[in-house]
Amino acid sequence: MNKNLLDSGKVLMLLTLFLAAGVSGCNSGTKKASDGNAEEEEFMAVMDDETQQKLQTAKRIFYSLPSPIETAKILHSAGATYDESLLNPIQNQSGYITNLDMALNLGIYTTDLSYASLFDQSQATLSYIEAAKNMADGLNILDAINEETIQRLEDNINNREIIIDIISETLLNSSSYLKERGLESTATIILVGGWVEGLYIATQQVGNDPIENNKIVERIIDQKLSVDFMIKLLKEAEDDPDAGKVLADVQNLKTTFDKIEITLGENTPVVDPETNVTTLKSSSSHNLTKPVFDELVNKITDLRNSYIS
Amino acid sequence: MRKGILLVSLVALLVSLPTSANAQCKQFAKKICKVGLTPYQHDGNYHAALLIEGEEAELYKTFYSDTDYRIGVCGAGNLSDIEFKIVDSNGKVLYNNRYEDFEWKWDFRLESSQQLKIVVKVPVADGNIEEPAEGCVAIMFGFKDD
Repeated sequence: MNKNLLDSGKVLMLLTLFLAAGVSGCNSGTKKASDGNAEEEEFMAVMDDETQQKLQTAKRIFYSLPSPIETAKILHSAGATYDESLLNPIQNQSGYITNLDMALNLGIYTTDLSYASLFDQSQATLSYIEAAKNMADGLNILDAINEETIQRLEDNINNREIIIDIISETLLNSSSYLKERGLESTATIILVGGWVEGLYIATQQVGNDPIENNKIVERIIDQKLSVDFMIKLLKEAEDDPDAGKVLADVQNLKTTFDKIEITLGENTPVVDPETNVTTLKSSSSHNLTKPVFDELVNKITDLRNSYIS
Repeated sequence: MRKGILLVSLVALLVSLPTSANAQCKQFAKKICKVGLTPYQHDGNYHAALLIEGEEAELYKTFYSDTDYRIGVCGAGNLSDIEFKIVDSNGKVLYNNRYEDFEWKWDFRLESSQQLKIVVKVPVADGNIEEPAEGCVAIMFGFKDD
């Protein structure tokens, strides 16, 4: 028999043995040792009690930030109008070289994409998905937005529902890809970029309108509720200099949001027996003043422009 | 040279095993949990993790007034019925699926924008603590216009 074939066979056998050991090693945490001496079994029994205690008290904590789709949607529902001049120009993308630039502007362009699609702006939708794809490619987020996705978008360019679904799938793919690789900080930065863009569009839409009884202003105030979550997520990644930079930016915004007090009344859940939908009945109020609103507008404008330039 | 290539391949394979488990979690979230959100539109966020029986998880999110939401909490088939409850910022429990036959979803709307906490617990099957199972648990959100 050929000597090389014999050598390969031996290596293959070793490989198989290693694999078997590796797979069983991955599962060993969930199985009790079936063999072994009494001392080891006693240790395992104690360990199981400790493990059980830890499991009972262990708690994983997650924070969900507003996605670009949700941000665009609440603006649309609040009566925002379409103004393409507010969006980040497509031409700017050639200047985004660092991971930070690309992550922020992936979020920004995805918000722009969501906003354009909600207003049935076909050409802008196609332009912004291409820009978002270029940012995702620059960050090596494989298959977040591939050619098939763009083709599907083009084929359904007049179907808002399908377009939004495509955008949500793109976000899901990007987010999961990054989290699977321990790049949660990049995923967070993308969402922060999108959130800032949404706030920018909203504040610009208000313009010189009165801030009282203004639905868009109400949505801007609502964003205060997500700032602390953003800070918690960014602090978890503070070792990442990019996350540290964005954290400082959000903390600066927080100093202005902290001047707005939101008072929430008690929730009373009421279930509709026909639809089985629960309505959380409650009232809320806030104390936003024009000077504070103007301060917020200026900060958001400066921050957003620093991200896109 | 050949042995070197094989060794590198082995290392790559072993390193990829946890990523593979997470990738399966993503597929579970996408193909099973997300599909169940219809007719609500998925918000694009990804919250899925491998949890062990007995483990708890909390997720904090801001929900906006005058918007219809669906929260879906899905557990992989090897896990017992997942328990979840919704708690507001004052600690009031607004919903607990334990009293709804462990329904996996909850549809609601709010009159006031606010932060809510979703508390998820993977129960231990039949009090078995010897070999806790591990499986993917996904928490997904959908919304729709008024």
